[in-house]
Amino acid sequence: MSTQEIGFVRADLLPPRPAPQRSGSAIGWIRANLLATPMDVVLTVLAVALLLWSVPGMLSWLFFEAVWSGENREACLTMAQGGVQPDSWNGACWAFVGDRFQQFMFGRYPIEERWRPILVTVMFIGLLAPILTPRLPYKGWNALALFVVFPILAFFLLHGGTFGLERVETPLWGGLMVTLILSFVGIAVSLPVGILLALGRKSDLPVIRLFCVTFIEVIRGVPLITVLFMANVMLPLFLPTGWTIDNFLRALVGVALFASAYMAEVVRGGLQAIPKGQYEGADSLGLSYWQKIRLIIMPQALKLVIPGIVNTFIGLFKDTSLVSIIGMFDLLGIVRLNFTDTDWITPVTPITGLIFAGFIFWLFCFGMSRYSAFMESHLETGHKR
Amino acid sequence: MTDHAVTAPPAGRTLASYIYDPKFRGLFFQALTLAIVLIVGWWIFDNTTENLRRANTASGYGFLSGRAGFDIGQTLIPYTSDSTYGRAILVGFLNTLLVAFLGIITATIIGFIIGIGRLSHNWLIAKLCTVYVEIFRNIPVLLIIFFWYKGVLGALPQVRESLELPFSSYLNNRGLAFPKPIWGDGAILIPIALVIGIVAALAIARWAKARQAATGQQFRTVSTGLALIVGLPVLAFFLAGMPLTFDYPVAGRFNLTGGGNIAPEFVALYLALSFYTASFIAETIRAGIKGVPKGQSEAAGALGLQPSKITRLVVVPQALRIIIPPLTSQYLNLTKNSSLGVAVGFPELVSTGGTTMNQTGQAVEVVSIWLVVYLSISIATSLFMNWFNAKMALVER
Repeated sequence: MSTQEIGFVRADLLPPRPAPQRSGSAIGWIRANLLATPMDVVLTVLAVALLLWSVPGMLSWLFFEAVWSGENREACLTMAQGGVQPDSWNGACWAFVGDRFQQFMFGRYPIEERWRPILVTVMFIGLLAPILTPRLPYKGWNALALFVVFPILAFFLLHGGTFGLERVETPLWGGLMVTLILSFVGIAVSLPVGILLALGRKSDLPVIRLFCVTFIEVIRGVPLITVLFMANVMLPLFLPTGWTIDNFLRALVGVALFASAYMAEVVRGGLQAIPKGQYEGADSLGLSYWQKIRLIIMPQALKLVIPGIVNTFIGLFKDTSLVSIIGMFDLLGIVRLNFTDTDWITPVTPITGLIFAGFIFWLFCFGMSRYSAFMESHLETGHKR
Repeated sequence: MTDHAVTAPPAGRTLASYIYDPKFRGLFFQALTLAIVLIVGWWIFDNTTENLRRANTASGYGFLSGRAGFDIGQTLIPYTSDSTYGRAILVGFLNTLLVAFLGIITATIIGFIIGIGRLSHNWLIAKLCTVYVEIFRNIPVLLIIFFWYKGVLGALPQVRESLELPFSSYLNNRGLAFPKPIWGDGAILIPIALVIGIVAALAIARWAKARQAATGQQFRTVSTGLALIVGLPVLAFFLAGMPLTFDYPVAGRFNLTGGGNIAPEFVALYLALSFYTASFIAETIRAGIKGVPKGQSEAAGALGLQPSKITRLVVVPQALRIIIPPLTSQYLNLTKNSSLGVAVGFPELVSTGGTTMNQTGQAVEVVSIWLVVYLSISIATSLFMNWFNAKMALVER
């Protein structure tokens, strides 16, 4: 050891370094976070240039130049096109959104009956808010009301035909209302069905496992639009001659089947993360299969996969926009329908409508993902290191 | 132990002993499921044949050789309205593959940039990338397709007022017209040279790796490989006597004639799929890089590796193990989402299949073709994934 040759030993002291920058001040923060290296300086300059180039134009298009009120398309046309705006004008046409707002929310639901969807919305919020607030008690009763009583009430309220309510057929439904109904039913069906499918896939019984695996893999392997086409075109073929099935129901079946298969895979991920000892422990206590799943396995597995479940919900919510391809008027469908409306046909109408619809979708999806992050930290019981 | 072993089973089993026997219960429930599925399946089959018989629809795939009679805007293989339905569906399938292939490349590039940008120490860059991800992840892809199609590409000028771009290209609301390359005789040499270049580059990489493992000497694999892959085709191009001419688009009175044309439908679908999927890929990349423990890069730094080498040799190989599986599923999602081309009229598989279905009424057959094609793509991808996972898996004791 002692004979080992030492390659390099510094003989002189290094020169002292300058005192570190104060990190508390604004200048210190800018130096550390924006201008740390020459590369960072270049990137910061590029980013600032991009922002200066895009943000003022966007803000002026969206807000300062935008038309906020107007009766018809003339408000959003330049003089050369036959409107009232100066020829160099270019801005958003929020007057269009304002004029059609009711339609974007309810579709062609009869105007004098629109208190019904509003009442349903109020009920929904009234039941959803307490279930989402972890502090409040009676979660079981709340869930029962939300997932069993509420859908039945909502169906009779929206569809009518009984209790003296006027009948409103589903082709008249539309707008955000349809998007929310499709998502709610998709979520309410996919969670239990997905859990059952996931259990079936992990089952010891080969026949049940085979059915579950086939269903999950086939549905997950194809695009949603083919599932919707299938539900739309083939469901009527599958039923006996003379039976008809509502278009809305067909879309619901397609969306629910699709969401269930994805949910099953998310839940399976949670099941696989549960240590074997938990199953064995439950068995050794003498619990039956369903007691074991209900009391021991699922509470742990579902908690693990909350982010995955919410991601599936978000995906489902976005995917409901596909029903506009099979001729239904959800939020995106009704916005697109208005592009061809002669009252509001202008060059800026389509993009304004799409930005509005995009903002609504974004609001819901972003809200869900924030809530999921909150729940994750709330349910954290210290398993992570 | 022996105490239990000698207890003889009762001679005649009671009903209760069957009910509580897990084996018997398992068999019973499986038989029940099978029976229900068979009965429902038979009921559906019976109804379908009855419905088809009433609608006078012939079943079978004979319609595929019938004359299609509709035009397709963008085709990779020769196709006219006199071609068969089978060929129309094939054209759609190739278009699906084209948009998926190009979309995957673009989405990966954007996704990598955004994903790494979110991890940047530069506050502004990180925030900008976060804004990108949060916007595109939370909007339906169909809406983004319409945004490009209606909002951006629809706002382009009419054909007569086409924007003139460099290289005799024109941009208008019917798409981008560009000079179409026409390959002359001897052009076949170029792809041959490309294949030879790729094979040679792979062989050299193998040899260099083996040599480095044996002797420790390094070799400039990347630059040599690039030189081979790019240089050989260029050399072949000049050797063949530059067999390339262009068919330029000519601005006529009402229309552009000649040249190649990229339809706005294709551009809208391609851009939307790329931007949308990129936001998911960015999250995958970020999660993968964050998933490599900090101790790894610290240890590499302690060994004296340069920061660039730490990234290339220590962080990236480990991050890839985390990134590749979700990345593949994003690629698969992009491929499946390309079916949304039907909404803007881009002739991909679902679109040409849908037209065929409307014209012939062969719903069951067309849907079965869709299922088979998309499932084959999925299964091929998951087989590749299993192979890749097995190759990349941590070798543990």
